[in-house]
Amino acid sequence: MATTTSPLAAALTQFEPVIGLEVHVQLNTRSKAFCGCSTQFGTPPNSNTCPVCLGLPGALPVLNREAVLKAVQAALALQCQVGEVSIFARKNYFYPDLPKGYQISQFDRPLAEHGRLQLGDGKLIGITRVHMEEDAGKNMHEGFPDSVTTSYVDLNRSGVPLIEIVSEPDMRTPEEAHEYLTRLKEIMLYLDVSDCNMEEGSLRCDANVSVRRRGTEKLGTKAEIKNLNSFRFLQRALEYEIERQVAILKGGGRIRQETRLFNVAEGKTFPMRSKEQAHDYRYFPEPDLQPLVVSPAWQAEIAARLPELPQAKRQRLIATYGLSAYDAEVLTASQALADYFEAAVRHAALPAGGHAKAVANWIMGDLSAHLNRSGETFATTRVKPEHIAELVALIAGGKISGKIAKEVFEKMAASGHAPSAVVAESGVQQISDPAALDALIDAALAANPKQLEQYRGGKTALLAFFVGQVMKASRGQANPAVLNERLQAKLNG
Amino acid sequence: MLADSELRTLDLDASRALLTGRRATAVELVEAFQRFIPAADAEVHGYLALSPERALQQARRLDALVAAGQPLPPLAGLPMAIKDAISTRGVPTTCGSRILASYVPPYDATVVTRLEEAGALLLGKANCDEFAMGSSNENSAYGAVRNPHDLTRVPGGSSGGSAAVVAAGTAVAALGSDTGGSIRQPAAFCGVVGMMPSYGRVSRFGLIAFASSLDHIGPLARTVKDAAAVLQVIAGHDPLDATSAALPVPDYVAGLEAPITGLRVGVPREAFGAGLDADVERAVRAAIEDLARAGCEIVDVSLPHNNYAIATYYIIATAEASSNLARFDGVRYGYREPDSRTLAEMYRRTRDHGFGPEVKRRIMLGTYVLSAGYYDAFYRKALQARALLTEDYRKAFTQADVILTPTTPTPAFRLGEKTENPLEMYLADIYTVTADLVGIPGLSLPCGATPAGLPIGLQLLGRHFEEATLLRLAHRYERRRGAATAD
Repeated sequence: MATTTSPLAAALTQFEPVIGLEVHVQLNTRSKAFCGCSTQFGTPPNSNTCPVCLGLPGALPVLNREAVLKAVQAALALQCQVGEVSIFARKNYFYPDLPKGYQISQFDRPLAEHGRLQLGDGKLIGITRVHMEEDAGKNMHEGFPDSVTTSYVDLNRSGVPLIEIVSEPDMRTPEEAHEYLTRLKEIMLYLDVSDCNMEEGSLRCDANVSVRRRGTEKLGTKAEIKNLNSFRFLQRALEYEIERQVAILKGGGRIRQETRLFNVAEGKTFPMRSKEQAHDYRYFPEPDLQPLVVSPAWQAEIAARLPELPQAKRQRLIATYGLSAYDAEVLTASQALADYFEAAVRHAALPAGGHAKAVANWIMGDLSAHLNRSGETFATTRVKPEHIAELVALIAGGKISGKIAKEVFEKMAASGHAPSAVVAESGVQQISDPAALDALIDAALAANPKQLEQYRGGKTALLAFFVGQVMKASRGQANPAVLNERLQAKLNG
Repeated sequence: MLADSELRTLDLDASRALLTGRRATAVELVEAFQRFIPAADAEVHGYLALSPERALQQARRLDALVAAGQPLPPLAGLPMAIKDAISTRGVPTTCGSRILASYVPPYDATVVTRLEEAGALLLGKANCDEFAMGSSNENSAYGAVRNPHDLTRVPGGSSGGSAAVVAAGTAVAALGSDTGGSIRQPAAFCGVVGMMPSYGRVSRFGLIAFASSLDHIGPLARTVKDAAAVLQVIAGHDPLDATSAALPVPDYVAGLEAPITGLRVGVPREAFGAGLDADVERAVRAAIEDLARAGCEIVDVSLPHNNYAIATYYIIATAEASSNLARFDGVRYGYREPDSRTLAEMYRRTRDHGFGPEVKRRIMLGTYVLSAGYYDAFYRKALQARALLTEDYRKAFTQADVILTPTTPTPAFRLGEKTENPLEMYLADIYTVTADLVGIPGLSLPCGATPAGLPIGLQLLGRHFEEATLLRLAHRYERRRGAATAD
């Protein structure tokens, strides 16, 4: 790509980017943050609404405990300190998708602070704060017969619980920002606090970026970039913005502190109209809600029940099963995949910890390819972990060859049967019995006297011909090693 | 056929007796009020809307219970008016504002649900100051309410309609809301009993918010006993209001007869300063003497920060209001100014034409005190002053069980007398605002009249969640005076 060699690379020799991310994660609770409405995505407009999330006069919010639980899980997984008391606050602004004219959020006393997230190379990215808030609805400007003159508002999303995770300005390259967001998403998925679906808006990212001359400490003036609704756009927008800022500074100009939008089509950021950013949100404590209390006892209970997180799991897989860092990375891409791997590798068909590499290869290779083709997932596929374990055991025990195993896999993937059953049904079990092979070899030699004579006359390359004949006669089930040994003995004997 | 004069003097016991004694059916009772109200309310203008179908439906349910010999619920047959700030499903709820002229709530406030379950007959919606902002009911977009005792005078506000219909006898009891005195002040002006319960005692769910940390729903009635009976029904924890208290509700009616001997009644020396009308002072001092004769111990208490109460109140209340009233934007319900070219213009014109001057004044004040650069000087300071006031009362309540003051510095003033001077209007709440800021219960009951016949109110304040003490003392005093009745 041009960007890796040209302006950006040149810019980065003299200037250092400073990047912080503000990530909104939609919590996957069953009901909304402050009312009992469903959070289900994709239902008809305004069908998941009630007086509370419509902002009707007189309606009051009541906090959803499940949302607090998930927010605390996320905060603890990011190694934050969760405050025993946090305060909800109103963020006041007018917009048609905001039915109350304010968003219930948290301001000067957030749920949690002082966390960190580790990147693959060990670098720690500070987490400034994690706070809870509610989502707004959605303005609909298109798709109606009168869309030229009229906009509509869908409030299904209004009141869906969010957490906002604000990082320290600790990232120095677009790649680091990309990795931070990747790791963050991975953790949220492991915790099952969000589905992190960027297309559906359940993971949203804004970036604060500035640049400074290498070797200087003082932070440059930052721009806030919004509308980064994919991992790729995040990286592209940061690359563009860094180039832009460096060009301004090199030209002797000054960076304006402003909010900019990333335009996907042009691959550029543009300033928002100044009117749109002149907000004074007039935060003040939300009088309709009591301070949120997360008792130390509850916090300890939640901490104790946190699942193993990706980073810890990778280290454990390497230590326990002798996997490579690469394999550990791939196998921990999701909780379901990691669970699948461990269920297979721990299965009774295999010796403890044994054959982990073979199990990993089957899962990362044939099984992943099968899931991609079929649209199944590790959780739903008919190929169960014990099937993979059994398959590896059959190969290790010499019952089937690696080549046959591939056929067995395809059959078990199609039928959902255990590999042993597939082998029994199709009779594809490997023939390792010397006596049985001798009979096949004798028959092959007898049927091809001419070739036998040529072989014995010195044309030893015909060994492969006889191997092929026996394999054919055994319908591929002959154990290649045993066959080779017996055949050579017969030919040379 | 029920005579108008009988309707005017009903109380809960008499209403129930009509039904249980089969002197009238509940349907006849409702129909009698529906006949009676239009003429009787024509000059007072206490009602904004009547809800005949709703009342009749409830009446038929009660009549069926009577016919079946079933026990009647506690408020069976009590004809009530509901302040128009309280949401009623299917019945227009304007909050006295043009911006909600067309608004019909799809849900009931919790208090409304509880009243109907308890057998109350909801006659209609009571007029009020727009968004409960006012002390005279002159800020209603639908016209002022007049004081039934003197039609040239205001009934007080903001629950002016609720107080006036009870005083006029066009309802036996009513619900009001009190943010800075809006139940107690009109109760005093109209000569009825008005009770503001502790913050958290009664669910606010469905009350159109003015200032969420100060808003209270409470009853107005012609007797303390009726106020107690209504409070009994509406009090108690509501899972739909996160600020409602999960505390048991005592039996208020049963507690009315307990003795008051030895009860310490605190009289703040600050309550009898400049600005207090001589007739009011005379009546309140007479009440103090009477309570002393009844065996109460009168003690001197001090509330040193009381001078800051009005300023504190107008910062906190307007700050919250500026946010609470943001939802009236013309987008989803209520009034929308047509023919705007841009969204900003639609917001501006809708809110400019939809809100009255006092509401706009308070929205601007509240927006200002929360603005960057002013928050610390105003809003944060007001929170600190609120804490000082709370501490004043905490100390005073170590010396006294109840604090007694006039409810208002003057009797009802004339219509138009204070509309040109908002600050003077705000001072009408001087005795009432602190209880809202502190969250303690307060009750106003009649303690006499001026020579011209204008009612004078006595205010009793109690410790958090000690409504029963106030009701008991008020009931005993009322007995000693002879129950106040509409004339």
